[in-house]
Amino acid sequence: MEPVLCVLITVLFSASFYLMLSTHIIRVLLGVALLSNGVNLLIFTAGRLLREVPPIIAEGQMVPTMATANPLPQALILTAIVISFSFFAFLLVLGFRAYQALGTDDVNEMRVAEPEREPEPPMGY
Amino acid sequence: MAAESHAVDLSHAMFTQPVAFADWLVIAPVVTTIIGGAICLMTRKQTTLQPWIGTFVMALLVAIDAALLLRVVNNGPVTMVMGNWLPPFGIAFTVDAFGALMALVGAVIALTGSVYALVDVRTLSRRYGFYPLLMLLMTGVSGAFLTGDIFNLYVWFEVTLISSFGLLILGSSRPQLDGAVKYAFLNLIATTLFLVAVGYLYGVLGTLNMADIVRSVRELPDAAPIGTIAALFLLAFAMKAAAFPINFWLPASYHTPRIVVGAVFAGLLTKVGVYSLIRILVMLMPENRAAMSDIIVWLAIGTMLSGVLGALAQNDIRRMLGYLVVSGIGSMLVGLALGTADAVGGALLYAIHSMLVMTALYYLAGIMRRTGGAFDLAGLGGLYGANPLLAGLFLVLGLAVSGLPPFSGFWPKVVLVEASLKAGEGLLAAAILLTGFLTTLAVGRVWLFAFWRGGPLGTPDGAEHLPTARVPHETRLAAYLPVFFLVALIVWLGVWPEPVFAVANQSALGMVDPSAYLDSVFGGSE
Amino acid sequence: MRTVIFRTIAPFLAAIMVLFSIFVLLRGHNEPGGGFIGGLIAASAFAIYGIASGVAPVRRAIYFHPMGIAGFGLFIAAVAGLPSMLKGVPFLTGMWTAIEVFEVKVDLSTPMLFDIGVYFVVVGAITSIALALEEREFD
Repeated sequence: MEPVLCVLITVLFSASFYLMLSTHIIRVLLGVALLSNGVNLLIFTAGRLLREVPPIIAEGQMVPTMATANPLPQALILTAIVISFSFFAFLLVLGFRAYQALGTDDVNEMRVAEPEREPEPPMGY
Repeated sequence: MAAESHAVDLSHAMFTQPVAFADWLVIAPVVTTIIGGAICLMTRKQTTLQPWIGTFVMALLVAIDAALLLRVVNNGPVTMVMGNWLPPFGIAFTVDAFGALMALVGAVIALTGSVYALVDVRTLSRRYGFYPLLMLLMTGVSGAFLTGDIFNLYVWFEVTLISSFGLLILGSSRPQLDGAVKYAFLNLIATTLFLVAVGYLYGVLGTLNMADIVRSVRELPDAAPIGTIAALFLLAFAMKAAAFPINFWLPASYHTPRIVVGAVFAGLLTKVGVYSLIRILVMLMPENRAAMSDIIVWLAIGTMLSGVLGALAQNDIRRMLGYLVVSGIGSMLVGLALGTADAVGGALLYAIHSMLVMTALYYLAGIMRRTGGAFDLAGLGGLYGANPLLAGLFLVLGLAVSGLPPFSGFWPKVVLVEASLKAGEGLLAAAILLTGFLTTLAVGRVWLFAFWRGGPLGTPDGAEHLPTARVPHETRLAAYLPVFFLVALIVWLGVWPEPVFAVANQSALGMVDPSAYLDSVFGGSE
Repeated sequence: MRTVIFRTIAPFLAAIMVLFSIFVLLRGHNEPGGGFIGGLIAASAFAIYGIASGVAPVRRAIYFHPMGIAGFGLFIAAVAGLPSMLKGVPFLTGMWTAIEVFEVKVDLSTPMLFDIGVYFVVVGAITSIALALEEREFD
């Protein structure tokens, strides 16, 4: 199972890097979304895969008696999903507002904060 | 897998000592600011009440952090594990002197910010959440300084990030949206890279608790995977800290929001990145840091010089300050590059100095705008004639940021130069001194144009064309009070640095040799 | 989007979804469910209602500002960690108690309080984003 997931993670990462190299906000946004999905799968795989052994400790025991699935990665991934979801929503609104206010979604043409021909500092009185 | 290899004493978990009331100080900064932020969110229409709640909570935060620092300095690191879990498994908050000191200075910055915001943030922006966002920003920043769990550090980074987005676009002018797009995407990619590194680290070691990582890394037979992970951490945090060559988002965005937001960001955000770099590379992965030392030296030199050269090329004072923030990050990276206790202590001192000075300089830029009517060097002039007090304050801060005695910038530079020479890195020492010289030029030019000459560009030599804007009395009080407070701290650090030196040395020693940190987490069982 | 059928169905659908979200929230401790997913269901209920009948009726229906609701949730979630201070155990340690309501034992706990807080945070934050987007699109 691991090799398949590794290949999938690689595909997700490379697609997201390709998208993030674009100058258009919407593609970068999709790239970020793909990247966060790739990371979630990465954590999932890093937590080791095991089939059909739920991590439940029998009554009266202190520790599980056999090797069980790792319960931690799903907690980590859930946290990461919540965070990346809220960031995606925020960036979507931000990108939309920026597109409305600046009239472009090409970052090379967004030169309001750093104008193309900025005045030089004065050289003398 | 790897987690099972530790022999964990279960009985220790079953019979834990009751948590002393004083131990709640560990979690208090986070809880206080969350509750304060929540109350402010619920009372969003009470725009006259909010500043008082905000200032009160920030003052409380300063008091809590001061008490925490005192306790940590006297009794050593303190740990609290959330939800009564066993130490390596639960989310631990472990506070050592390094984190407590940074948290205290951060709280001071936030307190001055909430006072300065009385004049700088209008009713509408308060309604859209300046104070709640400031408090949630402090939740994230305090959490990042105090946590002892690397995944939890990631969560606090994201809390900080989302509140900073909110603060950055408060007001939604066109430059703000432009700056926010660049800031938001770059920072989000950086934190995602951080998460990638955390995922790999978990895959290799099977643990996320920092103390447990220290232990596991030492036991690991093969250091190669950790080398890759350390490089990823370096990339992610260098991006957050605005280190060369991935620093371009900072000057693109910090001049766009309200001046108080820029000031708080300059004081807090990049320093959280530097803190995490030192915490992870010096404390958790010292061998891999040493292996990357040559690269970090060049990063530090590049950051210092590109920052200060950028500052020399700017006409807008706020943009110049943005570049000076970057340049200061370079000096802190020197500590990371050398990795000795002296150098790390120097970097910590420099971080404290930089937090205080850069915040105060942003506030002053706001006051200069109110008095002189412009942010750019061409439009300002005659400020010395109009307001000698302002000129005096600027001179103090200018000398401090350039690292000249008798102000706070002098001692960290002395320590860093000495540490570089001791380590045989003459080039690094030369870069620090050159940066100081160039910073003096950049700040001196502001002094020359904005304060010393008679009026704005075009005023004939000898003639006076003083700005006439009069600032109302109560505005002046709320704007000058934070600056006076910060300047007093800067002078104090310059003329009597011993107490802070002692704490910084203790922190740095704790970083280089984290045995006290480990004892605090595992109850001294080893 | 605003067909007669959709406009007629939407209020009922929204009401049922809110009820379902509370069900999902409360079963969350031992079974799949919980504050986050419950909050998402409630937020999508408000979003559907907003698409069908405009943003203003939604704002009137939920009465409080969405960010105020989120703040309330944050407050509850943070306060849920504090009772453990009295028992001398670390922050966020679960505390349990049971009460009898009409001879049925009901378990009450601080984790449940925390989950309710999460529910309100998610409802408030997501609703506020959804309404902001809808306002721009339809008005």
